[in-house]
Amino acid sequence: MSKLVYLVPLFPLLGFLVNGLFRKSLSKSMIGIIGSGAMLASFVVSLFIFFDVKNGGGATVQLFNFIHVGSLLIPFEFLVDPLSSLFLLIITGIGFLIHLYSTAYMHEEEPMHFGRYFAYLNLFVFSMLLLVLGGNYVVMFIGWEGVGLCSYLLIGFWFKNNNYNAAAKKAFIMNRIGDLGFLLAVFWLIVKLGTVSYASVFAAVSQLSTTDITIITTLLFVGAMGKSAQIPLYTWLPDAMAGPTPVSALIHAATMVTAGIYMIARSNILYTMAPATQTLVAVIGLSTAIFAATIALKQNDIKKVLAYSTVSQLGYMFLGLGVGAYTGAVFHVMTHAFFKALLFLGAGSVIHAMHHEQDITKMGGLKSKLPITHLTFLLGCIAIAGVPPFSGFFSKDEILMAAYATNPIFYYVGMGGALLTAFYMFRLYSLTFLGNFRGTAHQQEHLHESPIAMTLPLMVLAFFAVVAGFVGIPELFAPNAHALEHFLAPVFAGSAALTHAHHLEHATEWILMGTATTIILIVIVYAITKFKKYETAEPNTGIAKVLENKWYIDELYDTVIVNPLHWFAGFLKNTIEKYVIDGTVNGVGKLVGYGSRQFRLIQSGQVGSYILMMVMALVLFIIIWFNDTTIMRFIHKIF
Amino acid sequence: MPIQYYIYLCLALFSIGIVGVLTRRNAIIVFMCIELMLNAVNLLLVAFSKVHNTAALAGDKTSMIGIEAQLFVFFIMVVAAAEVSVGLAIIVMMYRNVHSVDINFLNRLKN
Repeated sequence: MSKLVYLVPLFPLLGFLVNGLFRKSLSKSMIGIIGSGAMLASFVVSLFIFFDVKNGGGATVQLFNFIHVGSLLIPFEFLVDPLSSLFLLIITGIGFLIHLYSTAYMHEEEPMHFGRYFAYLNLFVFSMLLLVLGGNYVVMFIGWEGVGLCSYLLIGFWFKNNNYNAAAKKAFIMNRIGDLGFLLAVFWLIVKLGTVSYASVFAAVSQLSTTDITIITTLLFVGAMGKSAQIPLYTWLPDAMAGPTPVSALIHAATMVTAGIYMIARSNILYTMAPATQTLVAVIGLSTAIFAATIALKQNDIKKVLAYSTVSQLGYMFLGLGVGAYTGAVFHVMTHAFFKALLFLGAGSVIHAMHHEQDITKMGGLKSKLPITHLTFLLGCIAIAGVPPFSGFFSKDEILMAAYATNPIFYYVGMGGALLTAFYMFRLYSLTFLGNFRGTAHQQEHLHESPIAMTLPLMVLAFFAVVAGFVGIPELFAPNAHALEHFLAPVFAGSAALTHAHHLEHATEWILMGTATTIILIVIVYAITKFKKYETAEPNTGIAKVLENKWYIDELYDTVIVNPLHWFAGFLKNTIEKYVIDGTVNGVGKLVGYGSRQFRLIQSGQVGSYILMMVMALVLFIIIWFNDTTIMRFIHKIF
Repeated sequence: MPIQYYIYLCLALFSIGIVGVLTRRNAIIVFMCIELMLNAVNLLLVAFSKVHNTAALAGDKTSMIGIEAQLFVFFIMVVAAAEVSVGLAIIVMMYRNVHSVDINFLNRLKN
C-alpha cells in the first residue's frame, strides 16, 4: 500500500491542473466537486497508508533520480513512516473539510476566480504533501518553496486591493529570508556528508562535529522561523489574514505553518545532538508564545486575534521541540490543527453572517442567531484554552511538563502564556457571541446561520477538537495509554536513545496540573463576566495602546529595515542610475556624436586638400615602414 | 651610367608632379602633372629592367631576365593613352558645364 503513496500528492496536482486550465469553461459546482473530490481521494489513500504504517508498513519510494552530478545523487523519493503518515492525515483530512467549506464560503466569486481559488488551494495542498512526503531535504525544499508561493498567491487572492498585495509580498519576502537559511543548511549537509537523504544523513550524523551540527540546525531553524512565524520573522502571519478566511484556516492550522515543526521533528536526531540550538529553539519558541499572546489581548479584528493565537501556539510547539518533547510538539500540531481550523472556519462563518464585518466590537449576541457556529466555536475556545479533557489540554500539558523537567522557568513563563491564551480567547468569544448586538440594523436583519457545507466541517472539526486529546493520555492518568507516543516512537528512537528521560514525580505533576487548570478556569470566568457587558470601545492608553499597536514591531521593522532599504533603492535609482550609469552611456554616445561632427568638416570637397592628405598619409606610411623598429623603441620608451 | 642618376631624375620628375597636383588649380595642368608622375615611374621601371638585364647578361649572353619590364612599360603607355582620352573627355564635359577648368569649382559633393 505504501508503494502507492505517490497517489496522495497526485490527486491535488490533477485537481490543480484541471481547475487551473479549464476554469473558464467549468461551472462553479463542477469546480467545487473537482477540488474537494481530489482532496477526498487523497484523504482516502492517506487513511489506507496510515493504517498500513500502523500495522508495521512504511517504505521509501524512489520515483526517479532528481539530481545526479558527479558523486552527488539526489533521488526524488517519498518516505512513508509514522510521522509523515500522521501529517498526511492531518493535511488531507482538514484540507478536505476546508475545501468543502470553501465551496459555500466563496460562492459569491465569479466562476473564473472561483476556479483560480480552487486551483491555488489544490496546488497548496500538493506542495505541502510534497514537503512532508519528501525522503530528503531537497524534495522537502521543493514543497517548502511551493507552499511559500501558494501562500503568496492565496493571501493576495483579491489582488485588486493593494493592501492585500502588500500583505502577500510581505509573507513571501519573510519566507524567503527563512528559506535562505534552509538552503544554506542543505548545502552545508551536502558539503559535509555528500547526501541529503534522511536515512543516510541520520545514520552518518556521528561523523559531523558539534560545530557543524550546531550550524546546520541553527540554519534549519532560521528556515523554520520564516515558515512557522517565529520571532523575528512572525510579522507576515497576522498580515496574511488578508486572504479569504478558509485560506487562513488552511495556512495557519493544518499546513504551511506546521512545516517548520515537521522539519525539526523530522531532524530530531540533529537537534538532540546540538543542545545549544535546542536551547535557542526553546527560548525563541517561548518568547514568541508569550509575545504574541500579549498582542492578541488587545486586537479587535476576529481574524487578527486568531492569527496571533496561532503564532503563540506555534511558539509552544517550538518550546516542546526545544525541550526534547518531540512527540508533544507533534501532538500539539495535531490538536492545534483541529481546533485552530475550527476557530478560523467558525470566524469565517461569523464574518459570512455579518456581511464581511470583522471587528468584534461591532458584533455581540450572535449566540442565538448562529447556534451551530456558536457551539462549535465555544468548543474550540475551550480546547485551545486547555481545559481538561479537551484536546488542547493534553498536548499543551505534555509540552509544559517536559519544559518543567528541563527548566522550571520555561514552565512558569509558558503557563503565563497559557493563561493569556485563555483570557483572549474568551474575550473573543464573549465579544462575539454574548451580550447585545452592536452592529448596524441592516446586519442584524440579515443574520443567518451558514449553509450545511460550512457547518458540517465545523461539526466534524469540533468533534475532533474535543476528543483528539485521547490519543495522548499522559502516563499520569493511565500507564502506557499514550497511543501517539507508541505510534511515533520509531521516528524519535534515535533521540530517545541519546537522552535519558527525566520524569517528574507524580505528585508534582498532579499539583502543577491541578493549579494550572484551576487558574485557567478562573481566568475564563473572569473574561466572560468582564466582556459580557461590553458596550462601547474606550480608547486605550499606556501599555494597552502599545499592545493594540502590536508593540510597534511593524513600525520598528519599517524604520530599521524597510525605510533604509527604500532610501538606498531611491539613492541607487535617482543618483547612481541617473548620473553614473546613464551619464556614462549617454556620455559615450555624445562623445561619438561630437567627434563625428568635427571629423565631418575634413570632407570639404576641395580636391586639393584630399590629395594633400593622401600624399601626407603616404609619406607617413613610408616613414613608418622604414623606421619601424626606431618608432617602436620610442613608443616602448615612452610607456 | 649608374642607376642613381635615373633614380634622381625620376624622383625629381615625380616630385614636380606631386607639387603640381597639389598646387595648381587648372584641371589640365593637374592632369599633365599626373602624367608626369606616371612617366617618372615608367622611366624607373625601364631603368631597373635594364640594370637587371645587364647583370644577368654577364653570366649568360642570351639571358632574357628583366626584359619583361620593358614590355610592361608599353602596356602602361597604351593604358595611359586610354586613360588620358577619358580624362580629357571629362575635362571637356566639365568645361561645357561650368565654363571653367578650375578644380576647386567642383566641390559640389561636399557635405
